[in-house]
Amino acid sequence: MHEAATMTHPATGQGHLILEIRDLEAWYGESHVLHGVSLDIRQGEVVTLLGRNGAGKTSTLRAMMGLVGRRAGSIKFEGRETIGLRSDLIARTGIAYCPEERGIFASLDVTENLMLPPVIAPGGLGLDEIYTLFPNLKERARSPGTKLSGGEQQMLAIARILRTGARLLLLDEPSEGLAPVIVQQIGAMIRAIKQRGFTVLLVEQNFRFAQTVADRHYVMEHGRIVDMVANEDLASSLDRLHEYLGV
Amino acid sequence: MIENLLFELEMAAPQVILGLVNGAFYALLSLGLAIIFGMLNVINFAHGAQFMMGAFVAWMLLAWAGIPYWGALILAPLLVGAFGVLIERTMIARLYKLDHLYGLLLTFGLALIIEGIFRNGFGSSGLPYAPPAAFNALNIDIPIMFLPGYRVWVVIASVLVCLATWLVIEKTKIGAYLRAATERPELVQAFGVNVPRMMTLTYGAGVALAAFAGVLAAPIYSVNPAMGANFIITVFAVVVIGGMGSIMGSVVTGFGLGLIEGLARVFYPEASATVVFVIMAIVLLTRPAGLFGRG
Repeated sequence: MHEAATMTHPATGQGHLILEIRDLEAWYGESHVLHGVSLDIRQGEVVTLLGRNGAGKTSTLRAMMGLVGRRAGSIKFEGRETIGLRSDLIARTGIAYCPEERGIFASLDVTENLMLPPVIAPGGLGLDEIYTLFPNLKERARSPGTKLSGGEQQMLAIARILRTGARLLLLDEPSEGLAPVIVQQIGAMIRAIKQRGFTVLLVEQNFRFAQTVADRHYVMEHGRIVDMVANEDLASSLDRLHEYLGV
Repeated sequence: MIENLLFELEMAAPQVILGLVNGAFYALLSLGLAIIFGMLNVINFAHGAQFMMGAFVAWMLLAWAGIPYWGALILAPLLVGAFGVLIERTMIARLYKLDHLYGLLLTFGLALIIEGIFRNGFGSSGLPYAPPAAFNALNIDIPIMFLPGYRVWVVIASVLVCLATWLVIEKTKIGAYLRAATERPELVQAFGVNVPRMMTLTYGAGVALAAFAGVLAAPIYSVNPAMGANFIITVFAVVVIGGMGSIMGSVVTGFGLGLIEGLARVFYPEASATVVFVIMAIVLLTRPAGLFGRG
């Protein structure tokens, strides 16, 4: 049955429910950062989390990966509850995370960075495919990871999680701090991986970029989801979004 | 003039070689400390005690089980390394979320307990452990000096083990995990790597290196409960000079300072015991991160 659901065209966002988050709360020490986040993602969708700084977007991704101090509620991935799992076991269910600061390792060269995340399931991109999508990474294979430009580091940070066979990618502000032409490349790359059936949850502040790649947008405020806008309704919802995002 | 120089050389050579042998131990011990510190952020004060345990296990294997030197060279690091794994799982792992100081205090306490137990059981006078006769083949007997083959072997073994460790860390997949987890353990774990298990094995490997050095040391120094404590103070100075957590730094600095100590014994013997600490003070004042340290 899942097989049939996955066959649905990804662009319509009508695949089976791959992720269900209900009433997710999270804390860093004493500070309560998420106050009951609920959202759904279907197989093959690209969904963004929009919101101002401090709204809880990054914390939502980190809570999904088990990288917060404490969390409560429910996160079901492919029907399996992951709220009680350690972060390495969460990764092994098929979720891959690309942090906002990119997390390129200075003491590893580009190839080592690329090959670092262990393959957790079949179906990831092969090295050939990755080098086709990201030709720069091949040219700079032996450079230390942090000697790449910001755009190349972002490409590397995304490329390395495409290899692993994870089906759900959590990307935290991949466009941040990059030149417009690089942001366009990242957008094209996200559309390309969507074509290959990956599901993406994208944290963004830049909704002009978000609307070029996403099927739906969740809006966060004060650690909660406050609205959801389908990409095709974006034009008619601009006033509302401007108010949320203060842009 | 030339005769004078030869005489100087004859005086200097044995001390320099002795320095190199000491350097071989400094390198092995500070390498283990560096690996443990890099991955676990724990300053392992029990390192000297674990070095001493390596020597004692070699002695016990020979005296009680008839297992000779070569067997001990493999078995003692495995046994003491397993002991390290046990300590990490039951005690050190509970302290990772706290300040470095707690790990230091815990391992310092463990060192005192371990040394106390061995002093109780074996006394403090020391036990003899003869090197295998086979090493006489390596004896160096030239006009300016005589060097027992076993000491030649110690230097060779230390260089080989340091080189192998460096290769594993810099050139293998396991090493890439180790380097990455040293930088960002949380992210490496979020990629699906069992980082807590890596930390346990890393501690075990660092302790095994100390025990390996202990077996190497057994035939040179008498096997006694204080042998680690004597070494470890200098080794910590070596680690500070090389740069906390730097693999290459600890090996190069270990051998380098052994040599400098040896030279000091020739040219200014009064300073031989303090030269390492003088260098440490200078390095701390001018390059607080150490000669090979980052940042």
